[in-house]
Amino acid sequence: MSLKLGVPSKGRLMEKTFDWFAKRGIELGRSGSDREYAGYVQGIDNVELVLLSAGEIPRELSAGRIHLGVTGTDLIREKLALWEQQVAELAELGFGQADLVLAVPTCWVDVGTMDDLDAAAAAFRATHGFRLRIATKYHRQVRDFLREKGVADYQLVDSQGATEGTVKNETAEAVADITSSGDTLRANHLKILSDGLMLRSQATLFRSRKANMSKADAETLKELTGLLQL
Amino acid sequence: MTPRNSIRAEMYRLRGLFEAAGAQPVETAVLQPADVLLDLYGEDIRARAYVTSDALRGEQMLRPDFTVPVVQMHMEHGAEPACYTYSGEVFRRQEDDPDRANEYMQVGFELFDRANPAAADARVFALIYDILKPMNLRAATGDIGILMAAVDGLNTTERRKHALRRHIWRPKRFRALIDRFSGKIPAPESRVKLLAAEDPMANIGPMTGLRSETEIFQRINALKEDAAAAPISENEVALLDAVLAVRETSPYALERLLDIAVDLPEIRAAVERLEKRLEALASNGINVDQLDFEASYGRTQMEYYDGFVFGFYAESRPDLPPVASGGRYDALTRQLGQGREIPAVGGVIRPGLVVKLGGAA
Repeated sequence: MSLKLGVPSKGRLMEKTFDWFAKRGIELGRSGSDREYAGYVQGIDNVELVLLSAGEIPRELSAGRIHLGVTGTDLIREKLALWEQQVAELAELGFGQADLVLAVPTCWVDVGTMDDLDAAAAAFRATHGFRLRIATKYHRQVRDFLREKGVADYQLVDSQGATEGTVKNETAEAVADITSSGDTLRANHLKILSDGLMLRSQATLFRSRKANMSKADAETLKELTGLLQL
Repeated sequence: MTPRNSIRAEMYRLRGLFEAAGAQPVETAVLQPADVLLDLYGEDIRARAYVTSDALRGEQMLRPDFTVPVVQMHMEHGAEPACYTYSGEVFRRQEDDPDRANEYMQVGFELFDRANPAAADARVFALIYDILKPMNLRAATGDIGILMAAVDGLNTTERRKHALRRHIWRPKRFRALIDRFSGKIPAPESRVKLLAAEDPMANIGPMTGLRSETEIFQRINALKEDAAAAPISENEVALLDAVLAVRETSPYALERLLDIAVDLPEIRAAVERLEKRLEALASNGINVDQLDFEASYGRTQMEYYDGFVFGFYAESRPDLPPVASGGRYDALTRQLGQGREIPAVGGVIRPGLVVKLGGAA
């Protein structure tokens, strides 16, 4: 057995994760061809690199198939019920920053807060005969947030990509999505509500509370956290 | 774990008692069309019910309760008055508490009767009370109709009353609205700025989405009207709070509410309905002197009860949900009746909890 570390398998998230570990004396890398999802770890023994899609890392941590994993806080909260009981945060890695926000068309000059959104949703439903639609892929978090804020008369419509475009296409009236700079929102004539920030997310190293660990693995983890200065 | 077959046996026993009380047994499908439930409860129902789908019928839900399909069935082809019983599994999605059941049995009794609402309320309550009597449960009662009447009685704009009525079932939001409408909390900065602008529509920019310029304009007018309206007076907020705070045994609660009605006369009719109900309960053999009444009871449940509400609790097991619960839901029949309506009251017992707590036989 070895200590399994799950890392995003491609793109900037993978490269930045490799950089973060390299700065702390642990070299992670992909082995073989570009298309082969196999990796190596140098600088510590008994750690195995598992390359996965960032979206699958929460599930693998929860199932205990990996001991450690790098993914976004947003994904952990969306995919895992009672996430604190399933995983522990070891370190925020300082990249992959993204905020989950609620945004409405800029032309809605009468809507600046969640309170306004609720009132606008009531009027919208009375006028159009259906509930105001909010496009998102973060259903659980958005629903919890809106319940907490006391917003009624809305419905969530699923959008797995190009969410900002749904308003223009009139398949939704508002969006709840991840943004880092807000540029895409602005380009699509959308604005963030003043109290519409649901979550600040960034790439984070998580430890699974569900994975079985041999004595040797536990020692490896101790050595690793020492090297990473956690 | 209580074995399922003993729960099922208890379920049939309870249903037999409801049938003996004059109810006609009915069946409903486990899969219910999602749109009806979504329209009724809003997006929150997705957090509470399991949703599934196929290409032919679209989204469907595993029934989270029987009330909606039974009301629909009655509104389509029921005779009047009518009285139904049903039994079977209901399904509730659980995302936060692993100890709460996501599938359990329910036995219900629903009464559709125009003639005498107080007598109908008392009949349903007394029936369930008598069945559960050996278990020594605590009965909680309340009346959403009194809260609605108190909101209607406020001396303020119709728009504000509408907003408050809409959030009666969300106590936190209700309170925030009261604070806003009474001037306790100032309007948000963005709104003050908007209303101070010479032409609030000046910076509207390009129009995007389905919500039209007219709708935005109308809302700004509504905001202006609201800003010009006098705040709800301190005195009235105090009266509303006094209603919400009533929590006594029924005769004292009634006395207290009659006192408040002197200053808030709009609640008088609703309080008189409570009085009639207590008389009807007494004539059904309920000792109303010992019966608790709590004006805020039922505010955090699903939002279809709009009158009498009740629940039965095991006091030694505060961790368990109510063994039985129910209430009046006249507005639900209006919403599902497509123009028709009939006063309705009903309740359910959870046989699984009856067995777990040692039985009611």
